[in-house]
Amino acid sequence: MIDPIILFFLLGAVAGLLRSELRLPAAIYEFVSIVLLLAIGLKGGVELSRQPFTDLLPQMLAVVAMGFGLTLLAFPVLRYLGRFKRADAASIAAHYGSVSVGTYAVAVAYLGSQQISFEEHMPLLLVLLEVPAILVGIVLARGISRETRWKSIAHEVFLGKGIVLLLGGLLIGWVAGPDGLSSIEPLFVDLFKGILALFLLEMGLIMATQMGSLRRHGPFLVVFAIAMPLFSALVGTWLGWSLGLSIGGTTILATLAASASYIAVPAAMRISVPEANPTLSLAGALGITFPFNVLIGIPLYHALAVWAHTFAKG
Amino acid sequence: MLRHTRKLLTVITEAALESTLVRDIDRLHAHGYTITDARGKGSRGTRNAGWEASGNIRIEVVCDTATAENISTYFQEKYYDDYAMILFVSDIEVLRPEKF
Repeated sequence: MIDPIILFFLLGAVAGLLRSELRLPAAIYEFVSIVLLLAIGLKGGVELSRQPFTDLLPQMLAVVAMGFGLTLLAFPVLRYLGRFKRADAASIAAHYGSVSVGTYAVAVAYLGSQQISFEEHMPLLLVLLEVPAILVGIVLARGISRETRWKSIAHEVFLGKGIVLLLGGLLIGWVAGPDGLSSIEPLFVDLFKGILALFLLEMGLIMATQMGSLRRHGPFLVVFAIAMPLFSALVGTWLGWSLGLSIGGTTILATLAASASYIAVPAAMRISVPEANPTLSLAGALGITFPFNVLIGIPLYHALAVWAHTFAKG
Repeated sequence: MLRHTRKLLTVITEAALESTLVRDIDRLHAHGYTITDARGKGSRGTRNAGWEASGNIRIEVVCDTATAENISTYFQEKYYDDYAMILFVSDIEVLRPEKF
């Protein structure tokens, strides 16, 4: 049975492709994404209040290393196989090394509807995965020079909307604990899927706008935008399995690895690497990778996690 | 009533640049500015402001001729190559010259 939130995404995509007049007002889209980010942060924060922080340290370090690694792997592929300009290759690599909160939310909803449990501290790993790719992307495009304005880059990276809301949610959830949050649960927990449905409707519309630029930029980007998440998902599955995560947790980590950023990284790259063409990375991340992950990827990564765990048991 | 001529500098560009441009404008001695959200189409495609990365803004600065000249030269050198940006200057009349 197909999840209704996926149907909302398809509705948006079809309406967009048929050039319907439908659009979510910008303020509503903003509100919907704020609620999603906070809800995800709060859920992770509650879990952090239950277990000692030091237990999570190995996972946190491993995930940061994965963020660096995936970006560094994507760059030469884009530069030498795809023959992109240096700045473009670095920027696209940064998008694919980072994560998409929207894709994460869909994976959470998918596991929820299948009643598969997962480690609830995943939002912490989500926050950690946002950052390394941006730094690597800037260094790959620029090299390390004295001219790089690290102060304004740090401001852009750490004070972007996504990180502030996710971290803020984590902290509030951590301080308030499960009992303290029960009063705001109706908005952030009960309405989560409805809000996500609206978000996906808008994502469908946005995806449709990327189709024109995809046609212009040719087949390599399309192939990369499917092959890279598949490869990253393998890395994520392997890492999740080695860290001893559950099947649900491994699925989420694979999804995080496979997803490509379309909010934090584009904003940071636009300021820090202005010569990179933003339509290239957005066409890949939004036009191909996001729908691929939402429609096909997540169930596939789940199957992969199940396979990895049964295979490991022998 | 006595009127004074000033320049109205209008910049239409990507929303991502907002904080950077505001810093530039302050540094180049403009006394104030007005920013509104905008959408439209130009040589770099349709920018429909449906979500952050495709948002446009319009910045208006009322200032004297020298400041308008400084800001437009600086923006042209620094941003025209890499960003979607247009800029134009028009003559206007103001009632309180000390404000601008």
